[in-house]
Amino acid sequence: MSSPAPSHASPLASLLEVNHCFLRFGGISALTDVSLRINAGELVGLIGPNGAGKTSLFNILTGVYRPTEGEILFQGRPTAGMPPHRINGLGMARTFQNIRLFGSLDVRMNVRTSFIARLRNGLLDTVRRGRSFRREEGEIHEEGTRLLSYFGLDHAASHSSRSLPYGDQRRLEIVRALATKPRLLLLDEPAAGMNPTEKEELKSLISRIRTEFGTAVLLVEHDMKVVMGICERLYVLDQGRVLASGTPAEIRGNPKVIAAYLGESHSIARHGKEVA
Amino acid sequence: MISHNSYVFRSLISLRPATARMKNPRVALAAGLGVAVVLQSCSGWIDPYSTQVILFAAINVILAVSLNLVMGETGQFSLCHAAFMAVGAYTSALLTGRVLPFLLPHSSWTGTSVASQFWFLPVLIVAGVVASLAGVIVGGPSLRLRGDYLAMVTLGFGEIIRVLLQNTDVVGGSRGMEGILPVTNLFWAVGCSALTLYTMISLVRSTYGRGFQAVRDDEIAAAAMGIDTTRFKVTAFVIGAFFAGVAGALYAHAVEFISPEGFNFLRSFEIIVMVILGGLGRPVGVAIAAVLITLLNEWLRDLSQYRMVVYALIIILFMIFRPTERLAPCLRSLRGLLPGAKKAPTAP
Repeated sequence: MSSPAPSHASPLASLLEVNHCFLRFGGISALTDVSLRINAGELVGLIGPNGAGKTSLFNILTGVYRPTEGEILFQGRPTAGMPPHRINGLGMARTFQNIRLFGSLDVRMNVRTSFIARLRNGLLDTVRRGRSFRREEGEIHEEGTRLLSYFGLDHAASHSSRSLPYGDQRRLEIVRALATKPRLLLLDEPAAGMNPTEKEELKSLISRIRTEFGTAVLLVEHDMKVVMGICERLYVLDQGRVLASGTPAEIRGNPKVIAAYLGESHSIARHGKEVA
Repeated sequence: MISHNSYVFRSLISLRPATARMKNPRVALAAGLGVAVVLQSCSGWIDPYSTQVILFAAINVILAVSLNLVMGETGQFSLCHAAFMAVGAYTSALLTGRVLPFLLPHSSWTGTSVASQFWFLPVLIVAGVVASLAGVIVGGPSLRLRGDYLAMVTLGFGEIIRVLLQNTDVVGGSRGMEGILPVTNLFWAVGCSALTLYTMISLVRSTYGRGFQAVRDDEIAAAAMGIDTTRFKVTAFVIGAFFAGVAGALYAHAVEFISPEGFNFLRSFEIIVMVILGGLGRPVGVAIAAVLITLLNEWLRDLSQYRMVVYALIIILFMIFRPTERLAPCLRSLRGLLPGAKKAPTAP
């Protein structure tokens, strides 16, 4: 079941491959025959009207749901049905549409939770608090501080995460996800609720993530200015199907996409199969 | 100015001090063990009644602080803490009453003898291990459940243990076991509670320990950050059960008599009250609450039939004003005022 997507004669398999995935809840189809691929270091956008299945796709990628049918390969390994923490361990991290920070922990501790899965010291070492434990805690503290100051959150390191302004909460979620050292970062509507200045900052932040951390990004976003401005490739989802994919310019001119967004003609949208 | 004041106010009342700095709590452990030794060496001057109250307070501290890891830190509602205590109590009573006398010369087998004191440590550990095995058995399958369902399973488990004990003749059935050696003394009880408190505080104030709180705050986000949520929940449950088992062993060898009724649902509930009053997720507050409730129980003995009325009333007032929850941060900020103490950084 090899994917028909064009490869640039590169021996490297793509970072993420989704092959013919379906997700059904009883009689309702959330995703129908979705296929997509993301290469290492790529910045890919995922757009679509409300209810198109963007978050459902995120959820099958990250293991919150298991796809009813189909195959997901992350770095060549099948991940369908794996629990979320193991998928994260393979190098996929995400943020959430409705911010999910750890409310009782301060900003620094929120970032620190991302290091738990990779701790060298176990339970007994933690209770004993030996030298190796203290060294590791120190390393984590430093790395967390570095990440926070890189994203301009160091001034708030000891604040409660709930007390942060909205834009900072979104940024903290991104920092927390990045702290797990992902190869692929999934951002679920990071610009939601941000003002124009914050959106501009977000755009440069996402580009920086890519250049400096070498992380591929899959970005779900409603704000076309953000998506069109920074993504190299786009996938358009509508009613659980991939309606179109291509460069921002191609997508902008695609009549099916326009129809889906403007709701002009349902017949086109519904019959729209995957367009390469 | 106002915002600064309000920050101070909030940090006194509810906000965890931003400076949950990773100080080594070993100093506190050494102090706790020191107190245990001093109390034990002064035990001749402490009257038996006060001794017993201190023993109960220390045992309740162990129970409440260990349940706090499950309920307060990890956010799992467990209603069977007394059952784990029962497992520890019966295990240890069987060991000291039936097993060890066969292995050791009988003459040395009294509560205060060196041999029994020496053998009490392994007995405590075995009691804890057996109780934590019970924790694995209950927690393994049921911690995949959430909230109400977990509460129901643990409630059921508590009852199963009680009924099992009631119908097992080896442990005396519903008559219970009597004549248990009074090995528990101030050293063991206070020492174990210091050790429990140390374990819990050092566990929680570490990167590893933040995993428990992450699971409590948001399981989905925790899993997405690579945290094995089920494993963290089971770990909390098993550690909690271990210390409950130790507390049970201490209890059995302090009161010299145990029966299944002593470990019923109400006992579990009493521990839950301590955890809630102490402020879920605040080990020091929970320990203070455990001591206060033990003392309250004693003070109210004289009221005979009005006892439960007053008890309930005080609990309600406690719930409204939550004094213990405020006490721990106050102590911490007092410590900051001491000369030589490094001043905690405050928010801008």
